[in-house]
Amino acid sequence: MLFSTLGLSCFWCHNLEFKGRDIVSIEDFIQTEINHILDVAKSMEPLAKGGSELLKGKILATLFFEPSTRTRLSFESAMLKLGGNVIGFAEPDASSTRKGENLADTVRTVENYADVIALRHSLEGSAKLAAEFSKVPIINAGTGSEEHPTQALIDLYTMRKESGKIDGLKVALVGDLRYGRTVHSLAYALALYSVELYLVSPETLRMRKDVLATIKSKIPVTENANLEKIMPQIDVLYVTRIQKERFPDAAEYAKVKGAYRIDLKTIEKAKKDLIILHPLPRVDEIAPEVDNTPQARYFQQVWNGIVVRMALLSLVLGAVE
Amino acid sequence: MSEKELRVTKIKDGTVIDHIRGGYALDVVRILGITGQEKRVMTIAINVPSKRFGVKDIIKIEGMALSAQEVNRIALVAPHASINIVHDYAVVEKQEVELPKTIEVIIKCTNPCCVSNSGEPVSSKFHVKNEEPLSLKCHYCGVSIEKADVLKQL
Ligand SMILES: [Zn+2]
Repeated sequence: MLFSTLGLSCFWCHNLEFKGRDIVSIEDFIQTEINHILDVAKSMEPLAKGGSELLKGKILATLFFEPSTRTRLSFESAMLKLGGNVIGFAEPDASSTRKGENLADTVRTVENYADVIALRHSLEGSAKLAAEFSKVPIINAGTGSEEHPTQALIDLYTMRKESGKIDGLKVALVGDLRYGRTVHSLAYALALYSVELYLVSPETLRMRKDVLATIKSKIPVTENANLEKIMPQIDVLYVTRIQKERFPDAAEYAKVKGAYRIDLKTIEKAKKDLIILHPLPRVDEIAPEVDNTPQARYFQQVWNGIVVRMALLSLVLGAVE
Repeated sequence: MSEKELRVTKIKDGTVIDHIRGGYALDVVRILGITGQEKRVMTIAINVPSKRFGVKDIIKIEGMALSAQEVNRIALVAPHASINIVHDYAVVEKQEVELPKTIEVIIKCTNPCCVSNSGEPVSSKFHVKNEEPLSLKCHYCGVSIEKADVLKQL
């Protein structure tokens, strides 16, 4: 809480109170709040390296109804680095959902065991529902095909850390812009800043109309951009995975996959300070030869994931303001 | 409309739904589940000249009083319609239909992957984004629902 630490109150602006708050959707946040989360994340860097006792005695429950080892390990590592403890399950089989228990009941049970819950679920709106039933804060760790707010915050943090700013950036989103969970949350978040957005995707995987309408009302968006043409101007190249299941036949998939693969030739004319991001796991949309270029930042993103999640856990548990 | 024409369609006891946006009367009839087989006297006037709206539709139904639930349903396709309860040829009660900011229960979310369709102890809930054309946003999954989707369910 910026204003309370300064001993001031600000009646016209959003209350920067995070204690007890749910992290359900990136759309619930205004820019000031996101900037504050990113500031707190920065302050977590030394704690992530050296460990801390900030959340000693607190318990995080990771309820992963849909497996995502990467995201779960990131949350658990963040909690452990803050001196807290972790419980949870990672497969639907391990929970009682197979016996027909609904999410509302699961949440009302687990809130007795934990101080904060990270939820991963395939149903859309499940984090919102969980938050309505839970007494402890819910952090959305990816729900439905629409929301992955912590990943969007990690992407923003990486842009700010690596490019030194968010405002003024020219960002290209490449790949599956329709079903990609992370890309929707990121687009909403970027629309809160003054960025220029370029969308590069196959016809069938273009950004959903409702998401597009929302972001276009706030920032300049170039649809169906040509990657080769925009390459010399862009500051951020955000690549997402194109999944085979999204295509009716293998030939179509192979064609599309090749056309959106990033290799050394693709980035030949790129700016020196371009940064290439990917929410991972990657399959082969970025050639391994790109990994050693100064532009590749996707593995730094994994580290940034830890500090951003440490910030969120500390904020919602009231350990930092 | 002249006095003479009006007299022809006057009802003794029942409901007059007035100020329906021009061309929407048949949607309202559908929402109320009226098929025409009910053996009731009923008049539907479509695109009648109106001072307030340019054109409007009117529905007069003999011997039928609307429930609150039905009034809410009408609001989905004809916001700002007025409902007159007629008794012995006189209007005894007048009510303006208003579309609430949030709508619960009446319709279901069209998204099969929405948590509100999965046996959780919650009812469906929508926020009204736009009245005309109707656009609702699911409180849980955020999916947009248009008038055509609503009519399919009613
Ligand atoms: Zn829904």
